[in-house]
Amino acid sequence: MKNITAKISLGVFTFYLLLAALAFFHLIAKDFDLVNNTQAYLHPSSQYWFGTDIFGRNVLSRAIHATGTAFSVGVVSSLIALVIGVVLGSLAGYFGGWIDSVIVWFYTTLDSIPYILLLAAFAFVLGQGLGNVYLALGLTGWVTLCRLVRGEFFKQREMGYVMAATALGYGSFRKIFHHILPNILHIVVVQSMLNFIAAIKIEVILSYLGLGVEPGVPSWGMMIDDAQLELARGIWWNLGAATLFMFGLILSCSFLIESVRSYLDPRARSVG
Amino acid sequence: MQYAGKSATAELIASLRQELGLNQSLFQQYLFFLKQTVTFQWGESWSTHESITTMIKDGLGPSLSITLPAFALSVVFSVLLALLSAFFRNTWIDQSMHVICLSLMSVSFLVYIIVMQKTVAFDLNLFPVYGWDPDWQLRWQYVTLPWLIYIAVTLGPQILLFRSAILEEVHQDYVRTAQSKGVPVFYLYSKHILRNAVIPIITLTVAQMPALITGSLLLETFFGIPGLGTMIVKAIQTSDFPVIKAMTVMGSLVYIFFNLLNDFLYFYFEPRMDLK
Repeated sequence: MKNITAKISLGVFTFYLLLAALAFFHLIAKDFDLVNNTQAYLHPSSQYWFGTDIFGRNVLSRAIHATGTAFSVGVVSSLIALVIGVVLGSLAGYFGGWIDSVIVWFYTTLDSIPYILLLAAFAFVLGQGLGNVYLALGLTGWVTLCRLVRGEFFKQREMGYVMAATALGYGSFRKIFHHILPNILHIVVVQSMLNFIAAIKIEVILSYLGLGVEPGVPSWGMMIDDAQLELARGIWWNLGAATLFMFGLILSCSFLIESVRSYLDPRARSVG
Repeated sequence: MQYAGKSATAELIASLRQELGLNQSLFQQYLFFLKQTVTFQWGESWSTHESITTMIKDGLGPSLSITLPAFALSVVFSVLLALLSAFFRNTWIDQSMHVICLSLMSVSFLVYIIVMQKTVAFDLNLFPVYGWDPDWQLRWQYVTLPWLIYIAVTLGPQILLFRSAILEEVHQDYVRTAQSKGVPVFYLYSKHILRNAVIPIITLTVAQMPALITGSLLLETFFGIPGLGTMIVKAIQTSDFPVIKAMTVMGSLVYIFFNLLNDFLYFYFEPRMDLK
């Protein structure tokens, strides 16, 4: 049962990845930016599966291109968070002492600021645009990962293999990156996948606050945001397409995370 | 100096710098900020020139009547459903609940609001689409739909978290002992297991508190509720810096307060723990 779920979710996830890649190289959904004002708000039909939007653009094509945007937002911002979180977390956990105090103080301060305000502050300083969405999400999303890595380093550094590495005369750098980090990689992977999902979901809220991607760049957040006004007029397909695409990606990714977690973490396998 | 406007004279800029305290040294500005924080006197909003303290006082009531009941209901429902899920673990009930939770989590908060507002409030006409009434008797019709949306959004992640916290306990020895003594299932779950799982549940609940701000922010702006969330969004849109600053500090204070509360609750439920 577990195995089948994992395979299906991996399949769906790969499908999305493929879709995003094909759209990126303009092999499918080429008409995503084709403005055709005479065909605004067409109902879904065999030609336009999800109808057309206010400028007469094909909603399905836009949703497919937005998959690429979502992937880039998720991947880039969780990579930024990964680098900051892992480096600071391992430094704090490995060295302890004043380095630990400074880093803990830093992330506790950051964490005590309401997340949405912090994000808004970053987004304001950086301005609107895709690159800044990456940065804002990445720079605010590393605290949980950092905390987990730090805690795990505290446990690991007392263990036999680290002592053995010390006895062999290896330096701190080698012990951190070659010995301890590979042992806690499952935490980093799972948390980064969670960050990936979170980033895609928060992009929608950023779009609503007017802090998202530039207008014109296809994104699910923008499509959902546009739907606020359209839905009252009975135009549901913009919202429907974005929600459906997002639903599939996030759901498959959630199942994937659970499979990865139970595969990598032996303790999770025994419980539940 | 965006705030002064396009046709600002040197004089106006100077007087504004005086008013905003920008002509003082950084250290003096910091002292001023500390004074504001301690006395809760935040000065005036840039856009409305209202006292921020009054604005916070006015906004607190509507915000709390949205978030607190919704949050409490959501936690209670989640704990009950998580207990159910843990009791039927690895059966179809548990598995389908699991799928439903993940599905609920895969839809954006914004979509819940837009769709529920359109269908439940507008098409079915069960609740007003937009607005607020300070009167307690009439308030319920404005707050019910936001409550429902809030519960729908938070139920999924909470059930999953609580379920795993409860399952940690289910495999403990004392549970087997209690079972072999013939403790009824209802008592086993409500008294023995829940009592022990309460610590992780509290931690997870407190960890959700900051998300409360985001939630109320979206709910309030969409349903036109004059609370703190609406205030924040307006401040963000108009770059009303003093308001943003005040709300950020207040948010941090709330966060610290809840962390403290967390520790005290630990002590209450787990007297073994030593508060050092």
